[in-house]
Amino acid sequence: MARPEYETHEHDVIVIGAGGAGLCAAIAAAEAGVSVGLICKSLLGKAHTVMAEGGIAAAMGNVWPEDNWQVHFRDTMRGGKMLNNWRMAQLHAQEAPDRVLELERFGALFDRTKDGLISQRDFGGHRYARLAHVGDRTGLEMIRTLQYHAIHQSIDVYMECKVERLIKDGDRVTGAFGYWRNTGQFVLFKAKAVVLATGGIGKAWKITSNSWEYTGDGHSAALWAGADLIDMEFVQFHPTGMVWPPSVRGILVTESVRGDGGTLKNKDGERFMFNYIPEFFKGETADNIEEAERWYADKKNNRRTPDLLPRDEVARAINTEVKAGRGSPHGGVFLDICTRRPADYIRKRLPSMYHQFKELANVDITREPMEVGPTCHYVMGGVRVEADSTAATVPGLFAAGEVAGGMHGSNRLGGNSLSDLLVFGRRAGQHAALYAKNFGGQLVADSTQIESIARAMLEPFNRSGGENPYAIQADLQETMQSLVGIIRNEPELKEALKRIETLRERARKVRVDGGRIYNPGWHVALDLSSLLTVAECSALAALERKESRGGHTRDDHPYTDDAWGKLNVVLRIRDGRIQVSREPLPEMPAELKALFQERK
Amino acid sequence: MPTFTMKVFRGQGAQGDFRDYKVDVDEGMVVLDVIHRIQATQAPDLACRWNCKAGKCGSCSAEVNGKPRLMCMTRMDTFAPGETISVAPIRTFPLIRDLVTDVSYNYVKAKQVPPLRLKPPDPDGKYRMMQEDVDRPQEFHKCIECFLCQDVCHVIRDHEEHKPHFSGPRFFIKAAGLDMHPLDTRDRTEWIRSQGGIGLCNITKCCTEVCPEHIHITDNGIIPMKERMADNFDPIVWLVRKFRGGPKEPA
Repeated sequence: MARPEYETHEHDVIVIGAGGAGLCAAIAAAEAGVSVGLICKSLLGKAHTVMAEGGIAAAMGNVWPEDNWQVHFRDTMRGGKMLNNWRMAQLHAQEAPDRVLELERFGALFDRTKDGLISQRDFGGHRYARLAHVGDRTGLEMIRTLQYHAIHQSIDVYMECKVERLIKDGDRVTGAFGYWRNTGQFVLFKAKAVVLATGGIGKAWKITSNSWEYTGDGHSAALWAGADLIDMEFVQFHPTGMVWPPSVRGILVTESVRGDGGTLKNKDGERFMFNYIPEFFKGETADNIEEAERWYADKKNNRRTPDLLPRDEVARAINTEVKAGRGSPHGGVFLDICTRRPADYIRKRLPSMYHQFKELANVDITREPMEVGPTCHYVMGGVRVEADSTAATVPGLFAAGEVAGGMHGSNRLGGNSLSDLLVFGRRAGQHAALYAKNFGGQLVADSTQIESIARAMLEPFNRSGGENPYAIQADLQETMQSLVGIIRNEPELKEALKRIETLRERARKVRVDGGRIYNPGWHVALDLSSLLTVAECSALAALERKESRGGHTRDDHPYTDDAWGKLNVVLRIRDGRIQVSREPLPEMPAELKALFQERK
Repeated sequence: MPTFTMKVFRGQGAQGDFRDYKVDVDEGMVVLDVIHRIQATQAPDLACRWNCKAGKCGSCSAEVNGKPRLMCMTRMDTFAPGETISVAPIRTFPLIRDLVTDVSYNYVKAKQVPPLRLKPPDPDGKYRMMQEDVDRPQEFHKCIECFLCQDVCHVIRDHEEHKPHFSGPRFFIKAAGLDMHPLDTRDRTEWIRSQGGIGLCNITKCCTEVCPEHIHITDNGIIPMKERMADNFDPIVWLVRKFRGGPKEPA
């Protein structure tokens, strides 16, 4: 075969992914004065952040002056069932307010309080109304603001460009190799530092709120480059996705519906969440309707409605109700805001939910309840990073946002994702720039390494008689949905791993028709390797953790186990195989531990 | 399960034509679902853009039965069973392949809009804005950049010669949103006239009609800017400004 051709670009820092974290990283790196390349799989401004609805969690204290970073930190740690990297959770809670204000200085227009400050709304697991928001399209405001700020900085943007592999020189990462989706031609980025901001892995499941892009590219690239992944067993199933009609199943229904007064009901009209308050959250959750109703206006003297328990709790409760035969006609439960808030308020606060249900399901949410059920939404696990710098365990590699692990522990609170992107996106950019400035020696990209990657990428075109990539992708999604879903157990996880192995065999023979120019069949075929890798990682870690915690529930190990509460499941490739190990969590300092003693 | 005949544009560069695909359609499916079904079962290399499938990202713009639409928000049950439905790329922009076009014109224009120039904060270091003052620009911030307004704008569609100095409705409302931003201090009037090319817009409202976010592009964005531009060239206003100083610094 002829030597594959490719073009080459060189930067001090490249950022892979242009959602909230990637844009923040690119902006921060450019600010630090290094040359920056920003690579996005889609067009600029279309990344997954655009779909975020509810808001950005930040203890600004604009609505409840009692709020502060310590309360936010405590909520985050408790939401993650104490498995979070404490330092990440601390930095996140401390820096989020400044990052929101920075976004405002970049031009974001948040909804306002009566005093003209940024308004904040209630969300699950947050003690105070804390989410800076714009109706229910906060992610759109965030990405557009960052996008328009970024294009006026000195950042080279590479759109519709997919990175396949990281390039290494010895131990350190020195670039990335991929292709232009438009032309199918190859491209090499040589860089002193690489920031991964590639988002999540949700496309490995069938019912998901995630778009085609969420194929675990960054998770896999990091793993293949020798970096550690942690917490891959923790997958968040958002409690409220659309369930009907079938074609929209999984599309997100924002938690703001509940934050703004909506409640969950079963087919008998019962507010069933009162039956699912776990011991862990009893102290802060109302156990009767009267108190829950008073809580919306008086948070000091009342406990929070159980409708706003953390997402893992609510998703499990809905799952149980449906299995017990108390679900809605299409296999979900009811989410009712129409009997609780005036139509004008709903349209003003939740415009895109109103629009989405009206257009896609013929449901007027100001008159009828919604039908909702769990949908795969977010992976807590990801690249193991050093909290302050976001550095991965391989030199030259940094990770921020959903692709990084640790921040959210076993379960992420709603609203903590957008703030995570802002805080750690910026830190990743700053520290990658610093690393690049101190980079010693030549920037080398080994052409043998590159050519072998390129050849492998072209193989599907040369096969005859192989399989359609879409069929393999669909079978993987079916496997993960049925065997690595909300409730897991050992036999099913083992079966999942067996099936993933078979799918991998099939993927090796995948065939692609047509040419290299904008060929989605080829793109799906290439994404299969990362999708299969993250699916395997998730199943392996889930098999290893023999307890139930946050976004990982085992019906064969139904309880939370204190010993497991001190351990991360770590995955890394050694000798060509994924190794699974248990490693201790970083120990929280005493002054932070004290925050958990103060009140129940 | 009704079957539809989908006439989907297939082609590359300057060449292409419509090809027929027979597709079984389930309850609630939208045009984008049908395109995905064609990819999965009949034409794996059929190129289209999409991301969110919920009308939030503006990636899947196409011309469905000749009408500019988001494929993800166009329900199949709005068509009669058995009807033939055509799906073509947005035709104002150069074709890359099948339903995918080269929309880079829009990214070039985006960069030319003079950005926010922030006024100083209040003495306590905070910025305050009243909800009633952000309501108006917030309408423009709803834009999902589907570029359907750009697709139907006759200046962009039919007048190649104007494109270097015409930014189109998407960027008129971008500029309008910045002008109405309570913290902005920049005057974009000259930019809107000379580089934005707003004078070429003859307010036929085609852009407003196709906006999936129902933004009042013409009434709330373009017309107020045209009026303000007229004010700026009013010799009396010009004279008053000359002595009193303009409200905003020029771009």
